Amino acid sequence: MHFSKRILDLDPAGETDRIVRFLQQNVRQKMKRHGGVVGISGGIDSAVVLGLTVRAFGPKNVVAVMMPDKDSDPISESLGRELAACFGVEPLLENITNALEGFNCYRRRDQAIQRVFPQYDASKGYKAKIVLPQDLLEAGTLNFFSVTIITPDGREETRPLPPRELLEIVAASNLKQRSRMSTLYFHAEARQFAVIGTANKNEFAQGFFVKYGDGGVDIQAIAHLFKTQVYQLARFLGVPEGIQKRIPTTDTYSAPCDQQEFFFRLPFETLDLLWFAKEQGIPVPEVASGMGLSEVQVQRVFDDIGRKQRTTEFLRLSPPALEPETSSVPEPAMAK
Amino acid sequence: MTDKTDNHQVEPPIRDFIATNLLYSKDFPHADDASLLREGIIDSLGVVELVSFLQTRFGVKVEQQEVRPENFDSVAKLAAFVRRKQAQAVA
Repeated sequence: MHFSKRILDLDPAGETDRIVRFLQQNVRQKMKRHGGVVGISGGIDSAVVLGLTVRAFGPKNVVAVMMPDKDSDPISESLGRELAACFGVEPLLENITNALEGFNCYRRRDQAIQRVFPQYDASKGYKAKIVLPQDLLEAGTLNFFSVTIITPDGREETRPLPPRELLEIVAASNLKQRSRMSTLYFHAEARQFAVIGTANKNEFAQGFFVKYGDGGVDIQAIAHLFKTQVYQLARFLGVPEGIQKRIPTTDTYSAPCDQQEFFFRLPFETLDLLWFAKEQGIPVPEVASGMGLSEVQVQRVFDDIGRKQRTTEFLRLSPPALEPETSSVPEPAMAK
Repeated sequence: MTDKTDNHQVEPPIRDFIATNLLYSKDFPHADDASLLREGIIDSLGVVELVSFLQTRFGVKVEQQEVRPENFDSVAKLAAFVRRKQAQAVA
């Protein structure tokens, strides 16, 4: 296979038809559900999945649910409404802030941040996010999380996260995705619909999702597509420009945090091509030449992708269960 | 507890820490130069735990830009990193 920067180009019409048939066959014929529920965030992935789901089941059999919380960027809701209108769906708004207050999500998260930054106080306007180093190509640093706070007057300060604080911040933040999952299943079960997943290949295979959160769905519509291919489908489906141009965000932390700084560490235009090349076994020198990178840089990215795939296998694993041990069951005693 | 003086005592506590906290085992079954990253022993939480351990156990300050495979990929590399940091602190 010859490597080039066009290697991930799709036939958007053909791919759309393939996904629509996949959704119809699985949701209607296998799951016996009438339609689909999609959580829309104002981001590109859920926008494309909404467009595909509407093509599969028609707008009357699709529910688009917006689920902001108090940390969400207000633009997410306005983009969500524009998206729903674009595909002829009436959007539902489910603000999950009260549910998260009930789970003590914010208090637990903020207490962990305060152990690293004692001055951090969300009620006074401090914001926070967790980030990875952004020098993967240049230095090949490992995935070592830090917490960044933004003071009310706009100054940023970053410190490394100790293990306990990292775990508690992530666990508290994951309550958001799990609350959204529960909300989506309410709407799906109330209508005999299926929950349609919005994870792309980058998120699903590298573990950038919450188990039983945004990973808790009935079917994955675009988990086979690289992010750059999702953009190709977005153009074909007519996703609003504002969503196509929006920088992919986690929309999870109170401070603005894009997906590159939180997890992927590279622009998707670079990451996707390198990942595809790695999967296809294209030699590093050929990839380096095609991308205008050094062989060391290509190898660093290959290594990082492999590490993330290996260390997040747990997220994609179904709960293991033992088979009944029939051989240990005693034979019934024979009557004499 | 910190140990800044006895260079010979660097590898054993590193092996013990990795065995107990990352392998969930009593023993460290790998060679000191075995790649912890290739074996999938260290994930992002494991990196954070290792940094915290090195700082607490050996009293060294680990900077974010030092958290790279050249320093963290094996017991041998971790030990060499600790010794370099300790030597820098003394100098």
